[in-house]
Amino acid sequence: MQPKQLSFLPDQASSIAGSVDGLYAFLVLVTAFFSLLIAFLVVFFAVKYRRRSDDEFPQPIHGSLLLEIVWSVIPLGISMVIFGWGASIFFKESRPPADSLEIYVTGKQWMWKLQHMEGQREMNELHIPVNRNIKLTMTSEDVIHDFFVPAFRTKADVVPGRYTTEWFRPTKVGQYHIFCAEYCGTRHSGMIGTVYVMEPSQYEAWLTGGGAQGTMAQKGEALFQQLACVNCHLTDGHGRCPNLVGVFGSDVKLKGGATVKADAAYVRESILNPQAKIVDGYENIMPTFQGLVTEDGVLELIEYVKSIGAKDAANSGTTGGSTTGAPAAVPTSKGPPPISPTQTLPSTAKPAAGSMK
Amino acid sequence: MITATEPVVAPKTYLNAEYGAKSWLLTKDHKRIALLYLVSVTLFFFLGGIMAVLIRIELATPAGDLVQSNTYNKLFTMHGILMIFFFLIPSIPAVLGNFLVPLMIGAKDLAFPRINLLSWYIYVIGGFFTLYVLFTGGVDTGWTFYTPFSTTYSNTYVTATAIGIFIVGFSSILTGLNFIVTIHRMRAPGMTWFRLPLFIWAHYATSVIQILGTPVIAVTILLLALERGFHIGFFDPAQGGDPVLFQHLFWFYSHPAVYIMILPAMGVTSEIITTFSRKAPFGYSFIAMSSVAIAVFGFLVWGHHLFVSSQSVYAGMVFSVLSYLVAIPSAIKVFNWTATMYKGSISLNTPMLYAIGFIGLFTIGGLTGLFLAALGMDVHLTDTYFVVAHFHYIMVGGAIMGYLGGLHFWWPKITGKMYPENWARVSAIVIFLGFNLTFFPQFILGYLGMPRRYHVYPPEFQVYNVLSSAGATVLGAGYLLPFIYFFWSLKYGKPAGPNPWNAAGLEWQTQSPPLPENFVITPVVTEEAHTFSHREGVEVG
Repeated sequence: MQPKQLSFLPDQASSIAGSVDGLYAFLVLVTAFFSLLIAFLVVFFAVKYRRRSDDEFPQPIHGSLLLEIVWSVIPLGISMVIFGWGASIFFKESRPPADSLEIYVTGKQWMWKLQHMEGQREMNELHIPVNRNIKLTMTSEDVIHDFFVPAFRTKADVVPGRYTTEWFRPTKVGQYHIFCAEYCGTRHSGMIGTVYVMEPSQYEAWLTGGGAQGTMAQKGEALFQQLACVNCHLTDGHGRCPNLVGVFGSDVKLKGGATVKADAAYVRESILNPQAKIVDGYENIMPTFQGLVTEDGVLELIEYVKSIGAKDAANSGTTGGSTTGAPAAVPTSKGPPPISPTQTLPSTAKPAAGSMK
Repeated sequence: MITATEPVVAPKTYLNAEYGAKSWLLTKDHKRIALLYLVSVTLFFFLGGIMAVLIRIELATPAGDLVQSNTYNKLFTMHGILMIFFFLIPSIPAVLGNFLVPLMIGAKDLAFPRINLLSWYIYVIGGFFTLYVLFTGGVDTGWTFYTPFSTTYSNTYVTATAIGIFIVGFSSILTGLNFIVTIHRMRAPGMTWFRLPLFIWAHYATSVIQILGTPVIAVTILLLALERGFHIGFFDPAQGGDPVLFQHLFWFYSHPAVYIMILPAMGVTSEIITTFSRKAPFGYSFIAMSSVAIAVFGFLVWGHHLFVSSQSVYAGMVFSVLSYLVAIPSAIKVFNWTATMYKGSISLNTPMLYAIGFIGLFTIGGLTGLFLAALGMDVHLTDTYFVVAHFHYIMVGGAIMGYLGGLHFWWPKITGKMYPENWARVSAIVIFLGFNLTFFPQFILGYLGMPRRYHVYPPEFQVYNVLSSAGATVLGAGYLLPFIYFFWSLKYGKPAGPNPWNAAGLEWQTQSPPLPENFVITPVVTEEAHTFSHREGVEVG
């Protein structure tokens, strides 16, 4: 196959890409300057001071404190500039804006599974609107993977047992590579995909035409019933397990006096390892759901718990509710959809414990 | 070609003092043990090299058409394990260090000759485990063994490989221990700390890392094997463990291990630059202390391998700034080597060509480290070919150029024979050019986003991969040259005489090859290291 042309930079398709390339250009200049300086001096000295007779024994020069200070302090100064520059980009990369569109990613040998809040599921493809902050919440079903989009200049490891996040703001409509960047076994190099950055209107069309069977929260609610969580987690406060309405985003008091912020990681732990933290006033009676629910299912359950969560859950950095039907350019502002039994999926919808395939 | 005058009675040397396999396999002579190591690390270098060749042939085309994915994964894993644990880490210390540390400080042997021999046997046993793995099916975890892939998901010979690395670590610890005690206790009269050759300072700093760092990888690899065998749960999130913990433990050793590979090469370079400039090192104490500083700071930067691994932002900041601090002593060395050449009397013999090549490649390797230590830059570059290029500039461009430079520099001392100088110069130039052609395109590939450890890749990356594979061919040919002419020189090389380079160290004041006991009488040191002048007994072969 004929490659298009010799290129030195990948597509510049995210809000962060320009600043990463700026730092890169600076680093290339620093590297070129010092490499050429050293190369020039070495070659120049080798020629100028070449041995002319075998009897030459030049006078030793034992050193110069001034020079040592100069060539320690100048590299240190340049290094600190690079450090500060790199750190400031990293700060931006590490803080997803509050108005981000949330998408969930599950890595699995050797595929990417992606879920939109509206319920669309994708495999090895990610459709997103241009000029919108996108936040990925990611976990792995098996080994460590890494979600890398070179055109966005960002990546993050996808680690089993925890949620990691990655965000970007695509700025250019187009198709870009998704690579798994953390070696994950046999078909590591086949764990690739494509990001489709679309005009908002196209994205809307894609969202509605995707054949999604309910939002993630709705699927989570179905799962909540199917797994019989609903039998103990009563909403009247008299159940054997805590009432989950209003919990997400709030501080939960634990047995022993500690409190914990009810975030996605806490909900996940409470499902898979319920003994780890017991809510004050309740007994350690909940069985683990490890093996009974997939990582995708856990994400749906989290979305459900989030949808019935505290009003200010958005302040915890995770936006609540769904954006179905909202114009893509408008940040999530609608409240959680009303939860009613009529919203559960029809029995034909096959809500098989959240598995995609 | 045979020398014109056959000596009537060959002088006694460490090579002809005893004959027979037993005299080698049970030797306590540090010089013979160095040669045992030379043979074994060369074997592993060529095994690892064969895998590199297969990797580069596979990557010449985007499709996976030479081997299957599983085989490819085993190739890069075995390439890394063989090259790092069985070649680079032992290469300069166990071969050149073993041979030269006692000679350079005027001692008869290392402090613990039996432990020195034991370290070689431990190396061989570890090596057999690895060869067993290699010939029975291989291992596919990458040399980094990240959990939970290595503990739960890989169904290759992870445990046997882990045992091999666990074992070979002890040979490294024993070598380091031996050097430290020897340098402290066995220096000749007058050989004060600040008269030590810079090669010795570099080996002292390396030894400190070996004895402090290697036990950590031993424990880590043991935890890995236990977890794999008995599902204990250190690294398994389902049992409350943490897979990222493994990465912290692994890099706590494996980052300093980079300095185990590069510091001795810096020591070699210091010796060569001074000798072939006939000039005392510019800033001796800065070069010496920067070795120590690298050894100390090197233990504080492991977290820069984990910037995207879900480590906290503030931990990332701390590790980033510390990584820049470790860059400073490296910069100091490069500037001082360059300044040493100023107003020198420079001859471009083969060792000097290798040393100059080292400075160039190490400078690029070091400066590209600045990219990777910058947090926001590393997020894009980590786990891409940029990293592959960077560490090959350090470990192949740096450590192997240093090793080959040292081998050419001391070959006349080790064997008593000269190699063909012109062929050797050609090898240095071919290796330098082949190296750059192989690895420079990988920097661009990395920035374009090609992830490392990819068996198949999108076609737009092919141009740079073809360049890289072409370079690897040149590089491979370059490595074969010394292999051939070194053998040739054993039989046909001109006698070297005690000091063919008019070099300054104590090792050049004894005959070549040296006596079994190194010196007839213990030398007394009255001057600084690297003091060049006309010397008695200088013969140019």
